[in-house]
Amino acid sequence: MDQIKCKCGHANPVGTMLCESCGRPLELEIKGEASFPDMRYEGMARRSQTYSRTIIDRIWNYFSSVKVAIGIIVILLVASAIGTVFPQQQYIPVPAPTEPDVARFYTDTYGKLGTIYYTLGFHNMYSSWWFVTLLVALGTSLVICSLDRVVPLYKALSKPRVNQHKSFLKGQKFYGEAELSPETDTAALVEAASAALRKRGYRIFRNDQAMMAEKGRFSRWGPYINHIGLIIFLLGVLLRNVPGFYLDEFVWVREGQTVAIPDTPYYVKNVQYHTEYWKEEEMAQELDLKGGAIVKSYQTDAILYLNKNADLPGSTPDLVEIKSGPIVVNHPMEHEGLALYQTGVQEMQLGALNFVLVDKKAGNKEVGPIKLDLYNVSAEQQVAEGVKVRVLDYFPDFVMGKDGKPATQTNLPKNPMFALEVVSEEDNTSEKLVYLSGSVITGKEDSRYTLDFKMPDLIDISGLMVRKDKAVPLIYFGSFIFMVGVAMGFFWQHRRIWLQFHGTRVMLAGHTNKNWYGLKQEAGSMIEQVKLPITIEDKSKA
Amino acid sequence: MDKKNRTYIRVAILGVLLAALVFAVYTSFVKDPNAVKVGREAPNFSLEQLNGSAVTLSDYRGKGVILNFWGTWCEPCKKEMPDLQRQYEAYKDKGLVVLGVNIGESPVTVEPFTKQFGITFPILMDKQSEITKLYRIVPIPSTFFIDPDGKVKEIFLGPLNEDMITEKVAKILPK
Repeated sequence: MDQIKCKCGHANPVGTMLCESCGRPLELEIKGEASFPDMRYEGMARRSQTYSRTIIDRIWNYFSSVKVAIGIIVILLVASAIGTVFPQQQYIPVPAPTEPDVARFYTDTYGKLGTIYYTLGFHNMYSSWWFVTLLVALGTSLVICSLDRVVPLYKALSKPRVNQHKSFLKGQKFYGEAELSPETDTAALVEAASAALRKRGYRIFRNDQAMMAEKGRFSRWGPYINHIGLIIFLLGVLLRNVPGFYLDEFVWVREGQTVAIPDTPYYVKNVQYHTEYWKEEEMAQELDLKGGAIVKSYQTDAILYLNKNADLPGSTPDLVEIKSGPIVVNHPMEHEGLALYQTGVQEMQLGALNFVLVDKKAGNKEVGPIKLDLYNVSAEQQVAEGVKVRVLDYFPDFVMGKDGKPATQTNLPKNPMFALEVVSEEDNTSEKLVYLSGSVITGKEDSRYTLDFKMPDLIDISGLMVRKDKAVPLIYFGSFIFMVGVAMGFFWQHRRIWLQFHGTRVMLAGHTNKNWYGLKQEAGSMIEQVKLPITIEDKSKA
Repeated sequence: MDKKNRTYIRVAILGVLLAALVFAVYTSFVKDPNAVKVGREAPNFSLEQLNGSAVTLSDYRGKGVILNFWGTWCEPCKKEMPDLQRQYEAYKDKGLVVLGVNIGESPVTVEPFTKQFGITFPILMDKQSEITKLYRIVPIPSTFFIDPDGKVKEIFLGPLNEDMITEKVAKILPK
């Protein structure tokens, strides 16, 4: 009951267009429809068209539709485009730590449209559940569409039929027939035609009175192979969400500093940072740089450590050196999939202030040097025999607070202010000094001590991007398979030529999925060689 | 064609695809699997105190812990310091601990500050901001209320006043 019976007696599944056994166009013969069916899937019934009783069948049939697939792709394209109209949340250029801040940003910056954008959740589009669902739906559609077509196609192509029915041959766009003289040796003609096409690289299937020559069948698998590539690619993207597969961090490291890389057991030390500039004699032509310079390379000499004591964050690290060497732009330091890229720098930053303590009462005698490390201030230092300097207070980014007390704006040493106490042990006196913005304020009018400024320590702070992406090989592999499939489908064609003798009548038909010109050339030269009296009736427009 | 077999194959394929969907949607909801969340255990850590000796969070199991991230440059942090101190004094005998995690400042900055405010609860020095990153701190002050089992009961972003602290402390005090 779920079958279509062909005249030849073969029972075909519902949806079959060309009889599986003899090749008669079923709709043409049985239903009386005029046009010859599409050869796309060799006239086989696509599996989804067979039954649709259970829910499973219905879901399957839904996703097996190319129209549905195109629908999903269009929705994804439109959504992706909308996601670029306003910046996504992670690219908001101002700090917006809480949800109301984020909402305010969109409203204040983009007005009513911004509010709508935020309300609809478009500010987090690419990680939203519905966008992700659409991506998976696309993957599902890829898998099911492919399976639904590739299985019957494989079955049809793997048993090529030499004896296709006459109406099959007649229905082909590329067709010709002729009457031969009764004494023609048809078996010899089959042999000659086979030999001619074999030379052209065709695979020959034949019997005494008929032949089918086929070439480039594998190109029919191209689209399926490129879909497999796409599915692998999508899997790779999905894998990034598995813990340990993907990391994207950024660390600032001062020269001499060792910092932990977040979410990893690794530490990185910036031994030294260096920017190299092109020398004038290295340049191919003279440029008027107006005193400027062109950077040749940004380089951090770094050491990568593994913390053996990483189980308890914050505890004293037990560092083992793993790797050391330069990190230059585009040449990251790599270790087990972790890559450290040179991506930023803050040069000539204040690292430490240098002074000389001067005793005014002793004829401006230099007592000794004082170093104030802005990142690691020691509370007390011995300046000379019997003279100590204590740091009473330190404001790295000084500002006068609203309450009239000194305060700091950030924890970065942008405008350091120190309150110092000089303690002289010999006469048991102490005196307070304040350093602020390049000047010294003394506690008393006739103070004994003052500070002489020396060149401060300037350091470079290097910005390193830390990346790990274990899914990359899979993504590349998927892309490679995709390209293989595309090449197979694009650069080769599946060509077939049928030659049949029915008594004194000869019939020739050809089919290809593209490049009809090539097929005509090959068939034409064969006809010429074998001297068949056939003129081809060309119904193709190609 | 074997209809039964085909249904099984379809069910299997759809099952795999459904699993992929569930995974994809789940990970899109849980963007940061390491983020500190209410109801989960507070990530353990160890830090040196301002006065030198190291402190480990898990040492305070059995006590209610207020974990407060702060910096001397942060005005609202300054404002809530005395309130935290008062609550600490009021409840420390009932099993409350206040841990003030200072974000990346040097002791010479922090010490005068704590003296000025008369802080007696432990001040932990997160020199490299490691714990700050571990707890994904963005705005400060940020305060975590951790119960005696080490689970996060509440996370509060922004300045707290004394009444709010009292109310939240009641939830984490050991019974």
